[in-house]
Amino acid sequence: MSADLQTQFDALIDADERIEPRDWMPDAYRKTLIRQIAQHAHSEIIGMQPEGNWITRAPSLKRKAILMAKVQDEAGHGLYLYGAAETLGVDRAELLDLLHTRKQKYSSIFNYPTISWADVGAIGWLVDGAAITNQVPLCRCSYGPYARAMIRICKEESFHQRQGFEILLTLSNGTPAQRGLAQDAVNRWWWPSLMMFGPPDADSPNSAQSMAWGIKRFSNDELRQKFVDMTVPQAGVLGLTLPDPELRFDEETGHHHFGEIDWTEFYQVVKGNGPCNEQRLRHRVRAHEEGAWVGEAAAAYAAKQASREGVAVA
Amino acid sequence: MTAKISAGNTDPMARPRFIYALRLGDDALILAQRLSEWASRAPEIEEDIALTNIALDLLGQARALLDYAGTLEGAGRDEDDLAYLRTEREFTNVHLVEQENGDFAHTIARQLFFSTYQLALYEELISSTDELLAGVAAKGVKEAAYHNDHATQWTIRLGDGTDESHRRMQAAIERLWPFTPELFESDDVDRALAAEGVGVDPSTLRSRWALSIAEVFSSATLEAPQTTWSSHGGRRGVHTEGFGYLLAEMQYLHRSYPDAKW
Amino acid sequence: MSQLWEVFVRGRRGLSHVHAGSVHAADAQMALRNARDVYTRRGEGVSIWVVPSSQITASTPDEKDPFFDPSADKVYRHPTFYNLPEEVRQM
Repeated sequence: MSADLQTQFDALIDADERIEPRDWMPDAYRKTLIRQIAQHAHSEIIGMQPEGNWITRAPSLKRKAILMAKVQDEAGHGLYLYGAAETLGVDRAELLDLLHTRKQKYSSIFNYPTISWADVGAIGWLVDGAAITNQVPLCRCSYGPYARAMIRICKEESFHQRQGFEILLTLSNGTPAQRGLAQDAVNRWWWPSLMMFGPPDADSPNSAQSMAWGIKRFSNDELRQKFVDMTVPQAGVLGLTLPDPELRFDEETGHHHFGEIDWTEFYQVVKGNGPCNEQRLRHRVRAHEEGAWVGEAAAAYAAKQASREGVAVA
Repeated sequence: MTAKISAGNTDPMARPRFIYALRLGDDALILAQRLSEWASRAPEIEEDIALTNIALDLLGQARALLDYAGTLEGAGRDEDDLAYLRTEREFTNVHLVEQENGDFAHTIARQLFFSTYQLALYEELISSTDELLAGVAAKGVKEAAYHNDHATQWTIRLGDGTDESHRRMQAAIERLWPFTPELFESDDVDRALAAEGVGVDPSTLRSRWALSIAEVFSSATLEAPQTTWSSHGGRRGVHTEGFGYLLAEMQYLHRSYPDAKW
Repeated sequence: MSQLWEVFVRGRRGLSHVHAGSVHAADAQMALRNARDVYTRRGEGVSIWVVPSSQITASTPDEKDPFFDPSADKVYRHPTFYNLPEEVRQM
């Protein structure tokens, strides 16, 4: 029986068909997806903080509105993704617990601080740019609910990168002090953005299985290269430099060559030793704990209403 | 500020209209600013999205109104000049909207009180002879209706939820109640514009507001607060102490780069 | 505590409600409001349904063959099955 099911599953994957929630799937496939989708959802939720940090101080009302809408989208994207994970038989509350107790991770990029307004621009341009590069192939992920959530997210995110680019362009064409802010932000966010694609292929042991399952479509290094090739000319348009003396276009490969990434830093941040790991998690846990009484009230009211109406609580 | 106004628009009715548009705009702006502090801090992720939606509606109203105020003034100030370059004494919002978020119950109580007022106001302002104010009201009335529904739903759930939520909700309405009479105070500007069919005299909205609030309190099993003290002065630019900090945060970046465009 | 609700959104008049995703809420009224805020921020809808996820009865993949395969060979149900003379271009 199980062999049969496995054969059916493999046939669907081979035919590039989608796996849907009630289909049989190997345990490892389910676990991998739950971990990846949850981590992705956590990243959206934690990712609200670094940019949310600037909402109350945004320098114009237009920028304030845009930034609020953007941070709100991140909450929405977190919800789409938790919803996709829930189709795999886990509950959002469980996943949040795993985040709060550090048993599941979120993207390390959000463990860097946003110390100037220009960081909001750099996050939009570089961090969202890298995220989109990662996410577009996920729209064809073999798991249906994840792929559908990603289609919605990618559609909505198309404005995120543009608004970041526009912030930097305005700063870069502004006063010398503004230009300084923009360059400083790009200097700080460039390398962490390259790390967002994960360790080099040689050190990424789970990638092969994810590729075979149609969860992942391109390798970490392929996506990173794609991002660099796309971003370098945009830096030229911005009139800003990227902090890598080795960066040059290689005629032979048709790609940009870039310098060695500091993987020691990457692993330090992943392990929890980045500048904001503690702060981000504390902020998140605090919102959760301080808000718990609200959820309890809503549930208590629903129960009272149901009994008043003589309806059984579902 | 006074010098700038007299240097600008010479139409004698422009000045009261400027003041009026500024008041409505300041209310919306400052409440949006307070609500936006919730981003990434709301009790549930769904609620984070809901509060931001409300803040975005209010910010949109504020921008339209401040932009119009700038035009009426005729001194070349735009929405950002008015939002970022005025001092505490030049803001004319009511004290209610500048009150700190507190816990979720406080934010909901503030929303309930303000949205009930704003809904009644916009319902009247729709028929203003001033095309722009009528337009802001026509759009705003739908937004305010949703904000009011949101606040009502939550007031009922918190009031009639658990013992803890009831206690918190009751405490919140008691804390904010003294800031509600100011919503209905009218002065010469209000009365003159109301007589002309341009504005709404807020004192005429009071009974409707009280009726609507009493209904919600009753559904929410809350007791109407009995307080004698009330807070006043916002329309004259006299604010509560916390307001300076709100402005300091909102304005610091804009003010730090005087010649910058953003 | 909070339940899971499936959300269906009608994009505009004349279209069916289509599944958009899910939300959490303690009751139906809050589920509707949450769905409005989460799934129609960009004017995506004119009407919303919410249904407790637990109330949906679904066909199982095991039933797939008996459920759906028998309809696969009824080719005469499709207009392309029929040959029309050249003169009748549209029918």
